[in-house]
Amino acid sequence: MVEKIKKAFDPRFDKVHTWPHLVRIEFLCAVITLLFLLVWSLMIDAPLEHPANPAATPNPSKAPWYFLGLQEMLVYFDPWMAGVVLPSLIIVGLVLIPYIDVNPKGNGYYTFHERKFAIVTYCFGFLILWVSLMVVGVFLRGPGWNFFGPFAPWDSHKVVPLTNIDLNMFLAQSLGLDFLRNPFMGMLFGGFLIVAYYSTAVLYWQAKKGSSEILQKLGVVRYGITAFLFLTMAALPVKMLLRWTFNIKYIMVIKQINLSI
Amino acid sequence: MNKLKLLLRDIQETIVQSQAWKSIFRHGYADTPRNRALAIASNVWLHLHPAKVRRHAIKLRYTWCAGGLTFLFFLVTVVTGVILMFYYRPVAEYAFVDIQYLEFDVPFGMINRNMHRWAAHSMVMMVMIHMFRVFLTGSYKPPREFNWVVGVLLITLTFLLSFTGYLLPWDQLAIWAVTVGSNMARATPLLGNEGPLAVQVGDLFDAAAGVKDTFITPRYDARSFLVAGTVVGSPTLLRFYVLHCIFIPVAASILMILHFWRVRKDGGISGPL
Repeated sequence: MVEKIKKAFDPRFDKVHTWPHLVRIEFLCAVITLLFLLVWSLMIDAPLEHPANPAATPNPSKAPWYFLGLQEMLVYFDPWMAGVVLPSLIIVGLVLIPYIDVNPKGNGYYTFHERKFAIVTYCFGFLILWVSLMVVGVFLRGPGWNFFGPFAPWDSHKVVPLTNIDLNMFLAQSLGLDFLRNPFMGMLFGGFLIVAYYSTAVLYWQAKKGSSEILQKLGVVRYGITAFLFLTMAALPVKMLLRWTFNIKYIMVIKQINLSI
Repeated sequence: MNKLKLLLRDIQETIVQSQAWKSIFRHGYADTPRNRALAIASNVWLHLHPAKVRRHAIKLRYTWCAGGLTFLFFLVTVVTGVILMFYYRPVAEYAFVDIQYLEFDVPFGMINRNMHRWAAHSMVMMVMIHMFRVFLTGSYKPPREFNWVVGVLLITLTFLLSFTGYLLPWDQLAIWAVTVGSNMARATPLLGNEGPLAVQVGDLFDAAAGVKDTFITPRYDARSFLVAGTVVGSPTLLRFYVLHCIFIPVAASILMILHFWRVRKDGGISGPL
């Protein structure tokens, strides 16, 4: 009873009638949006190009704009990763968010300092990876999927030297580690690197599980899933950096099963 | 003048007190708390809402109205889309000329098509903004975990709706965007003909079926299942048309019913506990 009275006088639970307070806002939003949509549709026509011709491939061929972040990932990963595995993991990861975020704070209001990790991670994935790669794909990729500045004309004859090199060959050349030239050794080395990359999560767990309240609250299963998803997301900028700095093409190649990462 | 006023009031009273009027409108017009509640509860369209909502939850700076506008854009695409269906045949020979017919001959055809397309793009944008807002306010936290899952499925369906619709004008933009998009399916691990382990899985299936070089080839793999053949052609157009106009909208509608219902059942629009 006391609880109920307290709740009734708590400003956070202050209630207003849906009619007219909410219905009015919804109605205005709808009318303004429809008006905007109508003016937009009067001013700008939906695109219609030449009739479909399977024999004439346009250059560049672009997916719809909302998939251009994924198409942009093709620069750094093979299609099985960029087009299938990573998009699936995005969906799975999004689904899992409520079950791996055990922080009870920030439920129903805007806050940054009460859930820094969650917000920074989401903003990084959404704004930096998804949205900005989409912008690059829409505006800065021209013929041959080559990079063009915002005002640079799209020269379809632009030639970009293909200097990308697999990691094992790069190390063999630059550090003289000749045993890496062997494809099998290269594969083992690349596999070792990938295992080591994901093992950092285990090391972090071992180092912090005694002292970190958050890790104890997460538990080993939730932590494992979170770390896997986080490191997989971070693999994209890691691969981008390796490409931009050392022209690395693949970390690991298993030719027998047609798998390259 | 006064007489006229009285007469008008009499007419109004007669109408408002009539059996027909009362059978349609279940509540009076007087601005009383009871009538405000009834305006919501006795209206089939508005009863999606509770009669009262928490004050903070209706602020635009809290919700950005993003979910509502996503739904509004969906409704616009449904209305304009049904009109487009009257003039459009999903066959490679006809599709493009039907779009031209819509643009140049059908009254209001151009603006109808424009509204369909721009509302669809807006819906994709708005659903991403809605998801961003819901994340920032932590509205996926208990007890709303499952509704977030439904939302993730809905955003996926929104992308698929837009992607399948992209093919229908059957112009260069359409078939090449869909070619680029569906080419990804070639690389599906195990089931795409260029994907990891494709050869091994194909050999396994071939051996089981007693055939040679049949399974997980360009003709029988994840991509050919999606586009109904080896290239984006007339069968793809029909397949995407049915997915776009029937299958995905129905699936999305079912999930939307669930999504909106769960907003209510999970305690209304989220807010500080």
